[in-house]
Amino acid sequence: MPDTSPPLAVVQNKDVRVVEFTNSKILDEANIAAIQETLNALIDEEQFPKLLLDFSTVDHLSSAALGMLINANNRIKQKNGQLRLSNIKPQIYEVFVITKLNKLFRIYPERAEALGSFTGAQQQQQPQ
Amino acid sequence: MPSKQRIGSAAATERSADGSTRVRTTFASDFNVARDVQRQILAAVAGHGFDAQSTFAIKLALEEAFVNAIKHGNRLDPAKQVHVDTTVTDEQAEIIIEDEGPGFDRTCVPDPTAEENLDKCSGRGILLMEAYMSSVEYSKNGRRVRMVKKNGADGKA
Repeated sequence: MPDTSPPLAVVQNKDVRVVEFTNSKILDEANIAAIQETLNALIDEEQFPKLLLDFSTVDHLSSAALGMLINANNRIKQKNGQLRLSNIKPQIYEVFVITKLNKLFRIYPERAEALGSFTGAQQQQQPQ
Repeated sequence: MPSKQRIGSAAATERSADGSTRVRTTFASDFNVARDVQRQILAAVAGHGFDAQSTFAIKLALEEAFVNAIKHGNRLDPAKQVHVDTTVTDEQAEIIIEDEGPGFDRTCVPDPTAEENLDKCSGRGILLMEAYMSSVEYSKNGRRVRMVKKNGADGKA
């Protein structure tokens, strides 16, 4: 039976959108496409998007999911936004290490630490 | 005498006299069927007492191998088939997946971990299969992959 529940749960923490995955497996294309679409919408509606992806619920992911995360990262960078990842389980973190994506993403053990790492809201919102 | 059990419409799971479990099937390029086959293989793996780490590795490698066969090999063409032959014992799982696509040359796949490729969105499936399985070999021009995972063996990470 197709899973029709939203793939992400989003809460606002000051100027940061904290995103949680509602499915423990980020594997199949349909699920990944739905996540991508939701993330893109979140990124597009902010001038300087600040996103924290919390992986505490995630037990499995595939290379397609990594592609989706890289896509989000590139999109956020284009807008001079900031992306952080947190609470990645050791087994999943190993996937980031093998693919060396731990060098591309800013990954934090805990959510609070990740939230504290976002910088400069006021400076970024100054008129250009 | 070997027993044969058909679960859903996907594949035949056979328990051989020597104690090994074999999951064999041929199916049209369809991710839903692939998922059923994946489930059957993982059930066989669980039945042979594979540890959590080995099971995680097999699940990940299966996911990547089926995407490679259906999407990159058969180009989602439902007229093309995917052939699967898996033999699981208490010691290891041997998984053979073959598609009917044009094949590929492993040595021509760019290294996704190279600095200049880190922000590219694709090319990590093969890397993950090779990192997590005990061995991965290609034959038939890259259309056939044979992966083995020893029970209890760590990934190469």
